[in-house]
Amino acid sequence: MNVKNIGISFVILFGFWLLLNGTFTTPIIVTGLIVSLIIPMFFCARCDVFADMRLTPKAFLYTFIYLFVFAFELVKANLDVTRRVISPKLPINPGIVKVKTKLKSKMARMILANSITLTPGTFTLAIEKKYLYIHWIDVQDKDVEAATKEIVQKFEKYLEVIYG
Amino acid sequence: MEILKIIGAVITLMGSIALFLGALGLVRMPDLYNRIQTGTKASTFGTVLTLLGLIFIFPGWVGKLFILMLFVGISNPVSSHVLARNAYRYGVPLSDKTTVDRLAEDIENKEVEPVNNAL
Amino acid sequence: MVNTVLTISVVLILLSVLLSLYRFIKGPNTADRVIAFDVMTIASIGLIALISYFANRLIYLDVAVVYGLLSFIGVIVVAKFLEKSL
Repeated sequence: MNVKNIGISFVILFGFWLLLNGTFTTPIIVTGLIVSLIIPMFFCARCDVFADMRLTPKAFLYTFIYLFVFAFELVKANLDVTRRVISPKLPINPGIVKVKTKLKSKMARMILANSITLTPGTFTLAIEKKYLYIHWIDVQDKDVEAATKEIVQKFEKYLEVIYG
Repeated sequence: MEILKIIGAVITLMGSIALFLGALGLVRMPDLYNRIQTGTKASTFGTVLTLLGLIFIFPGWVGKLFILMLFVGISNPVSSHVLARNAYRYGVPLSDKTTVDRLAEDIENKEVEPVNNAL
Repeated sequence: MVNTVLTISVVLILLSVLLSLYRFIKGPNTADRVIAFDVMTIASIGLIALISYFANRLIYLDVAVVYGLLSFIGVIVVAKFLEKSL
């Protein structure tokens, strides 16, 4: 379990090192390998951030699809913001609704909350166990189940496969 | 090569328009939570698009620009979520237009603790 | 052509910094000021990247990376302070 954490941290740190340097000479690669192996050993000895991640081909495929869904929602969110900001009447109908998530892993919940923050009209205000409190700029449904269907499920079905 | 530069310039222009609209929303919206909504979305999207346009113009700079895009895209939602949650606990008022507030109901019913320190 | 469009972008980003400065001065409370500060710094990251294009220097992007880190830490520190748990 711990090898998995250290391994994923190592891959991420080494990728960042290479991107930051931008060159691929031998001294830089060797230094990067050593440093990005030592840092996870110190700081990730007991962490369980990546423990729930699945490394199957299906999970990779769904990560890819998720990124596309997310980019599409991001563009839609900004068109929505543009429409609301420009129109002189300021068409907002804000409120705080409660939604429920099935995800268990901490990392998956964090990604879900971040995605909700960047998608049209919704904003994660608080997370309390399996409930998320969402500030919605244009409330369409005050009911927990209906709001869950509207906001959470489009991301949840992918994250469920990636994190379980 | 010239066509790539022009595409990059147009993407950068779109990004800066998004940033401008975000700041306009910051001025026009009635309460803190709506300001955070428009501010966060538009500023994240605008900065990511600006940097993406620069990648088209200077393909050699892709490493650092990509790190910046990733960093802005991850850190900005997290910081504004922390700010909004703590402002709610601190008692920043909602605007008059608000229709429903489930969090206040649950705090009143003792289902949620009014202050938690889980950062 | 490219330079003209990018100059227009710089002007737009500067305008957005000015608008958030208005919100920063007017308030009405600390959290509003912090979110204005956040938008200002995030816009400045784009501005620094554009400046590094005009100066044609890659090293300026490092300044933008550090600036982004500082803005993230700054917002979180003020948020913790608001919650009276600092």
